[in-house]
Amino acid sequence: MSPGTRIIEVRQNVLKQNDLVARGLRQRFQDAGVFVVSMVSSPGSGKTTLLEKTLTLLQPEYRVAALVGDLATENDAVRLARSQAPVKQITTGTLCHLEAAMVQNALEGWNLDELDFLFIENVGNLVCPSSYDLGEDMRLVLMSVTEGEDKPLKYPTIFNSADVAVLTKMDLAAAAEFDREAAIRSIESVRPGMTILSVSAKSGAGMDEYFELFRARRAASRPAVAAQTSAVRLRG
Amino acid sequence: MHELSIAMNIVEMAEEESQRRGGLHITAVHLRLGLLAGVVKDALLSSYEVACEDTSLKGSQLVVEEVPGVVYCPACDARRPVRSSEWFCCSECGAIASEIVQGKELEVVSLEVEE
Repeated sequence: MSPGTRIIEVRQNVLKQNDLVARGLRQRFQDAGVFVVSMVSSPGSGKTTLLEKTLTLLQPEYRVAALVGDLATENDAVRLARSQAPVKQITTGTLCHLEAAMVQNALEGWNLDELDFLFIENVGNLVCPSSYDLGEDMRLVLMSVTEGEDKPLKYPTIFNSADVAVLTKMDLAAAAEFDREAAIRSIESVRPGMTILSVSAKSGAGMDEYFELFRARRAASRPAVAAQTSAVRLRG
Repeated sequence: MHELSIAMNIVEMAEEESQRRGGLHITAVHLRLGLLAGVVKDALLSSYEVACEDTSLKGSQLVVEEVPGVVYCPACDARRPVRSSEWFCCSECGAIASEIVQGKELEVVSLEVEE
C-alpha cells in the first residue's frame, strides 16, 4: 500500500448481481413447477440438433419451450420452431455467454405455469458460460465425438460446472475413431462421478436413456407437479 | 473472453462503493481470484484498464490475489489441494473428491483510496 492511502473493506462477489437474478429465477421456476435444463458446448457440437429432437420427442408428453442464445442470427430459433414448441432467440451481440438477466428478459410475457420443461441453449463456447448461473436445475455439457477425447482436460471449468455430460453424434464415432473410454476418463478426471450419456440425435441411439434422465430429475426436484403430470397422462 | 464484462462489473462495484461513501479517489482494487473461477488473470488485467477508461477509476490498479483450488476428500476426511484444474481427485489417495471447498472465488476484497 502506498503512503497516503487507506484500505476500505468491501468483500463482494463480482458476480453478485448475476447470482441474485439467477436465484430469483430459480425460485420462479420452482414455484411454477417448470424444470429448467441448460446446454453448453463448443460451437458445432450438435446442441441445436439435439434440442430440436428433444423438443419434438418430449412434446407429446410434456409442455416444452426453449430459449436459444447466439451472438448473431435467428437461424437456430427458426430451426427449433419446426418442433412447434415456443422458442425465443436471445441475440447476445458480441457477448460470448448468456447471463441470468438475459434469461429473465427473454421470459417476459411467458407464463411459466404452462410449462413442464424449459431448455436454455447457451452460446457455443466452452469457457465463459461456466461463470454464470442462469437459475437452471440441470446443466448439460455436450461434447461431440469429432472433438477429441481430451477436450474436458482443456476446458475443465465448464465440465466442472455442469451436472451431466452428453457425448453427441455417436453415429459418427467409428468414422471419427472416437475412443469412448478415453473420453470418459477425461471427463471423470475433471468431474469425478459425473453422469455421462452417449446419444445420436440422428439415429436415436441413447435417446431413451437421455429422456429418462429428464423425467427422473424432474420428478425428484418437482415431486408434486411431476405426479400431477403423470396422473394427467394416465387419464389422457 | 468474458473478462471484459467481469472487469466492467468490478469497476461498477468500486464506483458504487465510492458513491455510497460520498466520493473516493480509488487508487487500487484488490481482488481474490480462484483457480477454478474460469477467469484468466492476464486477460482480466488488460480488460480492467479498458474498463476504467472514462470512469473515476482511470489510472487505478487491479491487484489480484490468486487463490488455489481445494477439494474435500471423503476418504481421507480432509481438505486437499488441487494439483491442477485437470485433476479433481484427492492429491493424497486419489479418491473422488466430493466437493470444491475453495477456488471459485471472484471477489472484490477491498479498495485502496487516497486519504
